Amino acid sequence: MKLDARVPAGPLADKWMSLRDHLKLVSPANKRKRSIIVVGTGLAGGAAAASLGEMGYRVKAFCYQDSARRAHSIAAQGGINAAKNYQNDGDSVFRLFYDTIKGGDFRAREANVYRLAEVSNAIIDQCVAQGIPFAREYGGTLANRSFGGAQVSRTFYARGQTGQQLLLGAYSALNAQVAAGTVVVHPRTEMLDLVVVDGRARGIITRDMVSGAVECHVGDAVLLATGGYSNVYFLSTNAKGCNVTAVWRAHRRGAGFANPCFTQIHPTCIPQAGDYQSKLTLMSESLRNDGRVWVPIAEGDDRAPGDIPEAERDYYLERIYPAFGNLAPRDISSRAAKRMCDEGRGVGPGKRGVYLDFAEAIGRLGENVIRARYGNLFDMYERITGENPYRAPMRIYPAPHYTMGGLWVDYYLMSTIPGLFVLGEANFSDHGANRLGASALMQGLADGYFVAPYTLGEYLAGAKLEEVSPAHEACRATLHEVDQRTARLLGVRGSRTVDSFHRELGMLMLDRCGMSRTAEGLTEAIAAIGRLREAFWHEVKVPGAGAELNQELEKAGRVADHFELAELMCRDALARDESCGGHFREEHQTPDGEALRDDESFCNVTVWEHRGEGAEPAAHVESLEFETVQLAQRSYK
Amino acid sequence: MKLTLHVWRQKDARDPGGFKTYQLEDVTTHMSFLEMLDVLNQDLITAGEDPVAFDHDCREGVCGACGFVINGVAHGDQKGSTVCQLHMRHFADGDEVTIEPWRAKAFPVLRDLVVDRSAFDRILTAGGFISVRTGSAPEANSIPIPSEAAEHAMDFAECIGCGACVASCPNSAAMLFVGAKIAHLGLLPQGQPERERRALAMVEAMEREAFGSCTNYRACEAVCPKEISISGIARMNKDFRRALLSGSNRASGKRR
Repeated sequence: MKLDARVPAGPLADKWMSLRDHLKLVSPANKRKRSIIVVGTGLAGGAAAASLGEMGYRVKAFCYQDSARRAHSIAAQGGINAAKNYQNDGDSVFRLFYDTIKGGDFRAREANVYRLAEVSNAIIDQCVAQGIPFAREYGGTLANRSFGGAQVSRTFYARGQTGQQLLLGAYSALNAQVAAGTVVVHPRTEMLDLVVVDGRARGIITRDMVSGAVECHVGDAVLLATGGYSNVYFLSTNAKGCNVTAVWRAHRRGAGFANPCFTQIHPTCIPQAGDYQSKLTLMSESLRNDGRVWVPIAEGDDRAPGDIPEAERDYYLERIYPAFGNLAPRDISSRAAKRMCDEGRGVGPGKRGVYLDFAEAIGRLGENVIRARYGNLFDMYERITGENPYRAPMRIYPAPHYTMGGLWVDYYLMSTIPGLFVLGEANFSDHGANRLGASALMQGLADGYFVAPYTLGEYLAGAKLEEVSPAHEACRATLHEVDQRTARLLGVRGSRTVDSFHRELGMLMLDRCGMSRTAEGLTEAIAAIGRLREAFWHEVKVPGAGAELNQELEKAGRVADHFELAELMCRDALARDESCGGHFREEHQTPDGEALRDDESFCNVTVWEHRGEGAEPAAHVESLEFETVQLAQRSYK
Repeated sequence: MKLTLHVWRQKDARDPGGFKTYQLEDVTTHMSFLEMLDVLNQDLITAGEDPVAFDHDCREGVCGACGFVINGVAHGDQKGSTVCQLHMRHFADGDEVTIEPWRAKAFPVLRDLVVDRSAFDRILTAGGFISVRTGSAPEANSIPIPSEAAEHAMDFAECIGCGACVASCPNSAAMLFVGAKIAHLGLLPQGQPERERRALAMVEAMEREAFGSCTNYRACEAVCPKEISISGIARMNKDFRRALLSGSNRASGKRR
C-alpha cells in the first residue's frame, strides 16, 4: 500500500491557495458528462453533492434515512468554529489551526488542519447567505460562545441546534440542485459495497430499503461521507442507524483504514439508566460555559447534591486544570470524570456520574438568561431523567461520541483507491487523537463545500476513465457477493437477536477499548471478539426476507461489519504503544495521570490494509512531519 | 408495569392492515417509548414473529424520523416532544396503548408504522431555499440582522419535518410545515429576493401532493414537537397573495 499524502510544497499558509491556482480544471461541457456518486447526505455529503451539482456535474446522492434532511449531522448541538475574530479576542487562522492540532495531541497532518482553519471563515459566510439563523448580538452582528480547548470565543451557534440548522442549509442547497436537475437523491438506500474497476472506484452496490432490490450504480468517482463508527459501542450518542458498512466495505476493497482506535468519548452525556437503554444522549459541551463540574470530596457520599456544602465539594476540573477549568478538552474531561468515579466519588444510581451544576450561573445571571442560552437542553434533560436541572445539578457521564479515525486520505481527500474520496467524519485527516468541540461541523462543511469540489476536478481531468455500465463484470461480481452475504445472514436462522450480539460487543469494546486501554485487555478483547463473531454467524436470528422492508436485516449486516471493525480497533490500540488524546494506554501516563506520548516512535498515522478474510491486516505508517508547530506536552493547566 | 398494546400491523402498501394486541410485562418508567417497542420487538423476534417496523434514528428529538399516533395523539400526549422523547413514566400500570401510523393520503403506509413522507422533500425542492452558489457569499457580518429577527426566524427554522402536523389535521393539510419554511426564510433579509417566487412555487407544489387545506383547527400547532406557531401559515398566505397580486408568478410559468 503506497501512502503519498501529496501535501503541496511551500510555506504552510500558502499551500492551499497555491494548489488551487494550479489544480486542473474540468470544462463545463465535460462536467456535464461526468457522473459522481455521493454516499451520505450529512454536512460533508450534502454540501459536496450540492456544490458539485452547481458546478455542473451529474450527481447521485444516497442516504439510508427517509430524507436527506435527517442525516446525523442534524443532532450536533453546540456550534461551529471559525477564525473570524469577531470578538476581538486575538483569534486568527493560525490560532484556530494551532488549537486544533494541539487539541488532537499532535497526531494530525499539519497541512490539512491549516487548510481547515483557512476555509473556516468562508463556511460562516456561506451558511449565513443560505439563511441559517445564527445567534446575533443586539446590534445585528453574529454572536459567539466559547468551547473546550480554546481561550478565544470563536464558536457560532443557533440555539442548541447548530447541526440541525447547518444541515438544513446544506439540504436546501441540495434541494435547489435537485430542482435544477443536476442531483438525484436516493433516500432509504443503503450502500452495501464498492465497485472497483481497473483499480479505480467506479460504482457502488445499494439496497433499496423498502423493496429490498439490490442494484449497481456506476460513476466516474465515488465520494463517501458516511460519518463515524461510534455505534460499534452499541450505546453511543450516534443515531441508531449510523454504521460503518460503507467505509468498511471500501476498506475491504483496498482503502487503507487510518487510526481506527482514535475514538472520542464525550464528557457530558446523560448517564445510562437501565439495561434496556438504546442510546446515550449528549448534553452539549456549551453547557460547560456556565456549568461547573463537581463530585463530593468524600467517597460514597450519598447525600443529595443540595445537602453537600461547598467545602465538601471537589470542583475537580477547576482544581486540576486552572487555566481552562470546566472548558478543558473532551478527552481530558472524560478521563477525569472516569477517575473520580473509579475513586468511588461518582454520583447517582450506579455511581457512574458527576454533577454539572448551574446554581452559581443562575445566581449570577438569573434563571431567564440560563433558559435563553440552554433552555432546549435543560428541557431535553428533564424529559429523559424526570429531574429539573434548574433546581438540582445535572448528572453527566462520558459516552462514545465521535471517531477521529477513518479511511486514510491524502491532501486531496482521496483514499488509497483512486477515485474514492472520503469526506467528513468518515476520513481520518483533521482531528488527530482528539477532536475539539465545534470542529466536526467545521470539517464536514469544509470538506464538502470548499475542498472536495476542487480536488475532485484534478482527479477527473487527469484520469482516463473508460465507460463502465452496471452490466460490467466487476459490477455483476460485486452485486453477486452482496446477494450471497444477505442470503447468508438470512440463512443462519439461529436463536439470538441481532441486538443481543451488538450489546455484548459494545460492552466489551467500552470496557477494553474505551476511555482506558491496556495491552492485556486489548489482547483478550481481540480473542473475545473473534469468539463472539463466530457465535453471531451461527446463532443470529434474522426474521423475514431480503426482498422487503426488513429492519432486522439492515441491522444484522451492520453489526457483522462492526465485529470486523472492532477487531481492527483493538489491534490498532494495541499497536499504538503510547497514550495520546483519547487513546489512553494505562502503561503510558505521566505521574499525574495525563497521557504520555511517545513522539520518537509514534509521531505517525497507522494505516491498515485488509489482506483477505481470516488473514491478519498489514500495518503501514505515514510519518507526520511538523514544519511549523513545536511538539509539546499538551497542557491545559 | 404491565401494558396492553394495540399496534397497527401492515405488511406493505397493498396490505389492508389491522390492529394486533400484545401484552408487555416489566416495562420500567425510565424507558423511552421507543425502548419499550424495542423490548416488544426482541420478544416478537424470539417468538418467531415479525418485529414492528417503525422509523427512528437520532432518538433525541431532532432528526424527525420517528412519529406515530399514540392513543389518538401524534407523538403522544407530552407537549412539545417527539415519540422518542416520550418516556414511560407518563404511563401507568395496566394502561392500554393504541399505536398507529400517520394517517394521510399524502403519506402512504410502507409497513406497520413506517410511512412515505417524500411529499415533504418535493415541496422543499420546489422553492424552500435561498439560491446562493458555494463560494459566492458576502462577508457574514455585512448584513446585520436584529437579534429578534434571527430568533423569530429560528422559531420556524426548528421544524424537523416529522409530519405530525399533517397526521393530526382533519384535512391532512401540510400548511404548518410549508408555512414554517416560508416564514423562516421570509423573516430574514437574505430570503427577500426570492420571497414571492418561493411562496408561489411551494404552495403549488403542496397542492400537487394529496394534502388538504387549512381550516384553522390548530391541531397541527397543538401536536408540533417544536411548538411551531400557526402564524407561519398566515405568513405563507400573505406571501402567496402578495405574489399573486404583484404578478411575480413566473415560478410556475403560468398566469393566475
